[in-house]
Amino acid sequence: MLTRKRFKAGLGIKAAAAVSALLLAVTACSQGSTTKQPDSGGSQSAGPAHIKIAYQQWGPGTVMKQFLTGVKSEYESAHPGSQVEIVPIVASENDYYTKLQLMMRSPNTAPDIVYEDTFLINSDITAGYLKPLDDYIKGWEDWNQFEETAKGAAKGADGKTYGIPDGTDTRALWYNKQIFAKAGLPADWQPKNWDDVLAAARTIKQKVPGVTPFNIYSGKPMGEASAMQGFEMLLYGTKDTLYNYDQKKWVVGSQGFKDALNFIKTVYTEGIGPSPKEALDPNMGSRVGSELLPGGKLGIALDGSWLYNNWLKTGPKPWPAWSETLGQTAMPTQDGGGKGKISLSGGWTWAIPAKSKSPDAAWDFIKTLQTQKNATKYATDGAQIAVRKDVASDTSYKESSKSTQFFTDLVSVTVYRPALPEYPKVSNEIITAMEAVMTGQSSPDDAAKNYDQAVEGIVGGKDKTTTQSTGQ
Amino acid sequence: MTTTVAPSAAAPAPKRSGRPRGAKLVKMLPLTPAIGLMLVFLAGPILYCVYAAFTNMALTGTGAANVQFVGLENFRKAFGSNAFTNAIWMTLVFTLISAIIGQNTLGLGLALLMRRSTKVVRNFVGTAVIGAWVLPEVVAAYLLSAFFNDNGTLNVMLHAVGLPGQDWLYAAPIIAVSLANIWRGTAFSMLVYSAALSEVPKEIEESAEMDGAAGFRRLVFVTLPMISRAIMTNLMLITLQTLSVFGLIYAMTRGGPGTKSQTLPLYMYEQAFSFSQIGYGTAIALVMLAIGAVFSLIYLRGLNSEAA
Repeated sequence: MLTRKRFKAGLGIKAAAAVSALLLAVTACSQGSTTKQPDSGGSQSAGPAHIKIAYQQWGPGTVMKQFLTGVKSEYESAHPGSQVEIVPIVASENDYYTKLQLMMRSPNTAPDIVYEDTFLINSDITAGYLKPLDDYIKGWEDWNQFEETAKGAAKGADGKTYGIPDGTDTRALWYNKQIFAKAGLPADWQPKNWDDVLAAARTIKQKVPGVTPFNIYSGKPMGEASAMQGFEMLLYGTKDTLYNYDQKKWVVGSQGFKDALNFIKTVYTEGIGPSPKEALDPNMGSRVGSELLPGGKLGIALDGSWLYNNWLKTGPKPWPAWSETLGQTAMPTQDGGGKGKISLSGGWTWAIPAKSKSPDAAWDFIKTLQTQKNATKYATDGAQIAVRKDVASDTSYKESSKSTQFFTDLVSVTVYRPALPEYPKVSNEIITAMEAVMTGQSSPDDAAKNYDQAVEGIVGGKDKTTTQSTGQ
Repeated sequence: MTTTVAPSAAAPAPKRSGRPRGAKLVKMLPLTPAIGLMLVFLAGPILYCVYAAFTNMALTGTGAANVQFVGLENFRKAFGSNAFTNAIWMTLVFTLISAIIGQNTLGLGLALLMRRSTKVVRNFVGTAVIGAWVLPEVVAAYLLSAFFNDNGTLNVMLHAVGLPGQDWLYAAPIIAVSLANIWRGTAFSMLVYSAALSEVPKEIEESAEMDGAAGFRRLVFVTLPMISRAIMTNLMLITLQTLSVFGLIYAMTRGGPGTKSQTLPLYMYEQAFSFSQIGYGTAIALVMLAIGAVFSLIYLRGLNSEAA
């Protein structure tokens, strides 16, 4: 009797799994037929509408929520009868994209506005999830204020624009001057190559016990932060790249790839970084900003320009002394060659899903988000590098933080990730290789070999890959 | 189980054979909603999964806008990938340690012990073991994470008796999740064996003892053969349950570090939902289904040879 009962319970679980698979099936079927939607003219003014706006809520930070709430009341009072619903999606990196993609697949769940990372937007454009905004942009004066590079951030292969960028970012080394003083390192630290970075970390390990010398994100739980902020900050400082734009092929078998993995191996096996276990905590990102750096527990952090928004009065960990305690210096290239320093840039854009029920109202809302006043407010509160000329020249932006000028200057050496639909899959293979190396499961050579093999599978065969990187 | 059903179903058939066919159909009529639901909610999705496994379906990129038939490509990719081979190994190790060895023998041992113990002990052990079983999977996983953690109960206990502890979830993740699954799942085997043992006639055991087969010998030569059908049934059910364990491992280790505890369900989840490859993910699900089927066939054959 009991066995039968349990057997049935087993069936129940399978049925539940089956039901969820069916739901996926239904949404997938409805997806194929409706990718093309009639363009509604951009210039007509929208009537009262209900707009749903979805964005990623990072840990405890509420900067975006407060910003959106402010714009929401501004919009609702300007458009009587309209309603704006703010949908924060609390999720880790990869989970956010998955949730968003599942929402955008069906007209029943599609939000009207989504916050899209520039690294994923091309993949979602190819998937047919997003609506081209060109008809709307035509009649929008503010578009002239955007930097040319930023305008390219959300362009599809068809040349149409699918998202309005609200800022960018650059990455560099943040270091704690107090820990540096204890270790006998200079307050005005300027590493010239990778070895200088490692040497400083080793000195801290030796002279200041109880402190994590150096953090570089690595492994799957940190998702794209590991790939871009960790790995690519290294790779693009070698002579190699991920993609060869001249040959239009992905690069495999490069020495730079192995060197970057070797750097990761050195950091984690020598113990000059966090323990691999600590680094594989999905909350490592918020721990660096709200716990390790302000607590004086981390010597050097390879991190982004926005980091200080953790320490603002409105942030999760107010820390007014940060600007005296922390210094910033550029990440050097492998041997000091090239421009000597390197940075990567990304950023986020506001986009309208193809299945949105009220795209016109959604566009009106995006315009409200992007008035000069609001764009400046978000750039300063959200610690963004401005992508609009009028914001960049605004004094309140320029004086918003002690590090703003430093990170804005890095734009001259910055690199963007290959904005191709395959990139997110390639990025997953990068973090898989990193995790295999940092946990000692694979040697850098083997991990690189696995990566090459996986990339060939992703991009469709050996003839779509090359062993030659182009110069940067 | 199969053999007991067969005769009872066959027996009434000759009596009814004289009746007109229509009456039979009318009698079937009330079943149609149930059959319809089964088709829609069970057969439909399974067929859809089979279809998806042969496509490049994805949550984003080309595979989302334009789903294409790719033949055996997903399977070729899987069998050529180290991560997949690793996941198969992890699944087999996990199933072997936690189900076939752990839950099965521990459950039998507990059932044998409880048969001889007093009612108080029986109730106490029964409640404790079944308590672990009825806990929701995620709650159990958090409890066990705390137990196996660096500063967890297990290491505290080991240190107390002078043994070195270790970071179980990091250094030996597949062992940690296997032990966790034993802890959580033993109750089921214990109940199956308790029920089977209670049906072993006392006289046979007593006469075996009179003939000089006591203790372990009696267990091996008399008791176990008498409950061999229960053993096979139990093995089949716990194997199938263990093959599909997901929540416990996900909450404890997420399949990591690296891929050191990544069993097939976790690999499938990662590929399908973290990395958006629905087609590839469903292909892995089909492979899992095949592995389950192979195990079931082996056990069913064992059951049938017992019955013959």
